[in-house]
Amino acid sequence: MNNQQLSPFLKGMLLLGLLFLYIPIVSLIVYSFNDSKLVTVWGGFSTKWYASLFQNEQIISAVELSVQIALASATAAVTLGTIAGFVLARFKRFPGSSLFAGMMTAPMVMPEVITGLSMLLLFISMQQLIGVPAERGFFTIWVGHTTLCMAYVAVVVRSRLLEIDQSLEDAAMDLGARPLKIFFVITLPLVAQAIASGFLLSVTLSLDDLVMTAFLSGPGSTTLPQVIFSKVRLGLNPEINALASITVLVVGVLVIVANYLMLNSQRKRERAMAAAMRESSAG
Amino acid sequence: MNIQRLFKRLKPGRGAVISIPYFWLLLFFLVPFFIVLKISFAEQDLAIPPFTSLMNLEEGGLLHLTLNLGNFDFILSDDFYAKTYLSSLQTALFTTLMCLLLGYPIAYAIARTDPARRNVLLMLVMLPFWTSFLLRVYAWMGLLNENGLINSFLLAIGVINEPLMLFHNDFSLYLVMVYAYLPFMILPLFSHLVKMDGRLLEAASDLGAGPIKAFFTITLPLSKNGIIAGSMMVFIPAVGEFVIPELVGGPDTLMIGKVLWNEFFDNNNWPMAAAVATVMVLLLIVPIAFLHRFETRQLEGKGNE
Repeated sequence: MNNQQLSPFLKGMLLLGLLFLYIPIVSLIVYSFNDSKLVTVWGGFSTKWYASLFQNEQIISAVELSVQIALASATAAVTLGTIAGFVLARFKRFPGSSLFAGMMTAPMVMPEVITGLSMLLLFISMQQLIGVPAERGFFTIWVGHTTLCMAYVAVVVRSRLLEIDQSLEDAAMDLGARPLKIFFVITLPLVAQAIASGFLLSVTLSLDDLVMTAFLSGPGSTTLPQVIFSKVRLGLNPEINALASITVLVVGVLVIVANYLMLNSQRKRERAMAAAMRESSAG
Repeated sequence: MNIQRLFKRLKPGRGAVISIPYFWLLLFFLVPFFIVLKISFAEQDLAIPPFTSLMNLEEGGLLHLTLNLGNFDFILSDDFYAKTYLSSLQTALFTTLMCLLLGYPIAYAIARTDPARRNVLLMLVMLPFWTSFLLRVYAWMGLLNENGLINSFLLAIGVINEPLMLFHNDFSLYLVMVYAYLPFMILPLFSHLVKMDGRLLEAASDLGAGPIKAFFTITLPLSKNGIIAGSMMVFIPAVGEFVIPELVGGPDTLMIGKVLWNEFFDNNNWPMAAAVATVMVLLLIVPIAFLHRFETRQLEGKGNE
């Protein structure tokens, strides 16, 4: 689409939409510096909720567990999701391909109460039949998050693979490279960016998941969203405001940096492509 | 199509590559649904796990299969469940429509900005999506509360004399549902709108079509696929939403995700929870199949270009 002046209506809607998206987040941050325990009554500036947050051992250990699960499931999701995305984009039709594609789409939209319950009942049945997994905890949550996240990774990787030119892979093959070598030397670097954003997305999805985790966690494994949920169910809590502000800060910085890096490398690639085109047409 | 032929020649290797994610999804996504179906025919029991087994080995070595249809009978006869399913579908439908009405102009505006600023705007829209869903729902608790920010503000400027009841009712439920699901609508809409050729609109205006006519005859039909994708991405998960009705919904809010949760965690009635889930899957199978068929067609169209 070309650049045109936006009409006042569109400008207004855009502004309204952004306000709608950001007012709650800004108010969360502002009230995290509130001295009063009553979250919505301003009692002066204070950072005491941050101090008490860092002394809250329940929250600290939940953060540790959540980060471990997030990194483990994002790693597995990226591995499985990249393969799945590659299969979907390059193999296209094979026996059962339609079922495969369906099983990749469904986890993203299926309500989590259903996926959580069904996966729990699977683990219970497995335990009765073969005794594994012995208990609910890190492993069961990891499997659940991996299954959820790999679908997102597969979608990102697949759409990137469909964008890029297959002639590079064809050329490598004509020059005698083996399929595995083609995959690691040509295909993988081309989709590296998609894999990186798939990893980031998986980490945030896993860190944030409450419903599936509730079904899959055991007594000894309480993740951060579970702690937050049990606290906010009882009402407003200034420590949660402080926690939310830190989350927004960390995520904001990460997303902005990642976005900047991606734009930069995209520009570089475009310039390199243009230069290559010029050279080949000159020669 | 060289590479395609190569893959065909490498059948065994190809099979191995496919089988890794395939097996994972079969075991951890598809098989569990059949287990849910199986357990929905069981009865609640005071045991670990808390349900009866369907198959019993009788003394004569006979395998005895008991299918208990009581859970489904209960769902069908007690109109509490019918009402809850209906109200979940209604809530999801309303959320989808509101997201579409609000998201379309936003996605359109972003798609029509110049590329340099477009990226910043897109990032601004996506940033809340990256921060915790749970914390964003929590943020509204502070805004909508009886002495929350919105009421304090309206009281201070004198628009109202006593606090409005904004919280724990259908208003807060719908508002937060729209808030939480809006990015899922904007992104697919944007990715379709940005591909549209702006010259089409210029041509339309040269030929004398007003902006409204041009919108309905050109822009809207061309973004049909984005509308379908976005609507499905919002509607399907919204039907089973649990966190939002639990935290900001009213005491008489009927949402099936909440009912399932309560059956499982509060009543410890796993077979009933499984039966509720089975009926929900049956309701959602049509929209999910629709989304899936639509996406495959999209991709195949893309692959042929």
